[in-house]
Amino acid sequence: MSGYLESVLVLLAINTILAYAAFLPMVAGQLNLGVAAFVAIGAYSAGYLSQTYGLHPVLAALAAIFICAFLGWLVAFPILRTRGIYLALATFALNQVVQGTILNLNVVGGASGYPVPAHIGFPVVATFAVLVVVAMVALFHTRFGISFIAVSDDERAADLMGLSVRGLQSAAFTAGAALAGLGGALYAHHFNYIEAQNYGVLFSIYVVLYVLLGGTQTVYGPLLGAAVFTLLPELLRGSAAWRYVIFACLIIAIMSLRPQGVLLRKSWFSS
Amino acid sequence: MLEQQLVNGLMLGSVYALIAVAFTLAIGVLNFLNFSIPGLFMVAGMLTWYLLRAHIAWPIAALLAIGSGGLLGLLVERFTYRLMARSAHFVPLVTSMAFLILLENLVLIAWGSDLQRVQVPFETVSWRVGPTVIAVPQLIGLACAVLAVACLDILLKKTRVGRGLRTIAEDAETAALLGVPVARVVPVVFVVGGLFTALGGVLFALNYQQASPFMGEEIALKGIAAMVVGGMGNIWGAILGGLLIGIVETFSITWFGARTVDIGVYGLLLAILFVRPTGILGGALREQRM
Repeated sequence: MSGYLESVLVLLAINTILAYAAFLPMVAGQLNLGVAAFVAIGAYSAGYLSQTYGLHPVLAALAAIFICAFLGWLVAFPILRTRGIYLALATFALNQVVQGTILNLNVVGGASGYPVPAHIGFPVVATFAVLVVVAMVALFHTRFGISFIAVSDDERAADLMGLSVRGLQSAAFTAGAALAGLGGALYAHHFNYIEAQNYGVLFSIYVVLYVLLGGTQTVYGPLLGAAVFTLLPELLRGSAAWRYVIFACLIIAIMSLRPQGVLLRKSWFSS
Repeated sequence: MLEQQLVNGLMLGSVYALIAVAFTLAIGVLNFLNFSIPGLFMVAGMLTWYLLRAHIAWPIAALLAIGSGGLLGLLVERFTYRLMARSAHFVPLVTSMAFLILLENLVLIAWGSDLQRVQVPFETVSWRVGPTVIAVPQLIGLACAVLAVACLDILLKKTRVGRGLRTIAEDAETAALLGVPVARVVPVVFVVGGLFTALGGVLFALNYQQASPFMGEEIALKGIAAMVVGGMGNIWGAILGGLLIGIVETFSITWFGARTVDIGVYGLLLAILFVRPTGILGGALREQRM
């Protein structure tokens, strides 16, 4: 396998994980524009653990999952006090604050970036991505997974049916943060170099776009969205700028023709 | 020194305020976070640079650049809000973001990625008040921003279109039932928003004498912060928020260094969202759909 193909496939795997990181809160009715904050935290904390303490990179990635889950759970308390567009803006602000903080942390290189020597190869990254996809598909075939959708469809009815609305919202946000952390840790250890400048809110919005393009109605939507966003610009010929022009036009066209996202719900309850 | 930072902050804030007005109109009336706004801002700034380089008289260059904002706003409306009626609420977010990508890369192809120096054809006159230097063009910029918002205020309160917009802001369906021509009134939001954004872009290009294909991103994000801090959906709040964010930015630079700006500005935004999500001038919290 050529190096180019491998790096495209690695990006596809990581973007798929990130797409699910944005998908989980979105299914529970939260537009999370702060995914990149947790990607950055995951990347930097895993990189720090493997570099400073010599932790095996896969263990460091697992640790990053727990760190991001804990931080996500913690910030979910104030964040979930806000709703709707306010929640989206609060996560956006969180993203900028986290990015700004990392840029000022000299222990991980600050604005000059952070080299991470330990390496995670393509097979491990791909395995993680497959595991995440399988786990997500399995999750949304359980009652627990479906209850997330119930919360976003009608909060009051879900509450009346005995679902813990706040608990589910917090769980979705936390699980999303954990997946974002995993994606960040894998990226850091595969490409061996991270820069906090890349993890701004525009990164978060891109990840949200994967999900919206694929569609939020089925669990396969994020997978398709991540694939389109990763592979399409690579498949198009011409200079980078022209590729993005065509890409943007295609997005506008797709969303005009299929506003619900590409994949539609057959039924959540079909199986 | 302190007064100088205050003046600089107010001048920078007037640009944020104009963008905040554009965001707040789209959110207040249509509940739509319009991510094409950074693109419109950038196109106006780059057009100002290009037209001035082609030795076009600056008032004409400025007017053309501002007009581009209105036209692009209309184009964005055609592909975002028009489709919103029969689609999920997040679609305009995706398409408006695609417009940002499209505009940035088209400008990149046309004029390259370099930071361009805008050659301003008039002498910069400054007033000295004690130790404080006030640049007159920047002062005119600030006045333009406030004047534009005052005009918008009159438009919203006194005219038929404005009443229509305020009815749609309450409830689009009811507005349609009451005979408001929603399909004809909604484009006004995009055109006015585009004009305000472009005015901000022109003022930025003229006052800070630089333009680049990516100039819109960071400034528009600060505009969003300004909108929330002042109170979402409130145009005077947008002005207040813009000036406040400008001041917070210049003071964080002076006291803590350039790299802490984001922590200061967005920390303030986060605090406001947690403590008083309707912002400084906002009323009671309305249940928001997204």
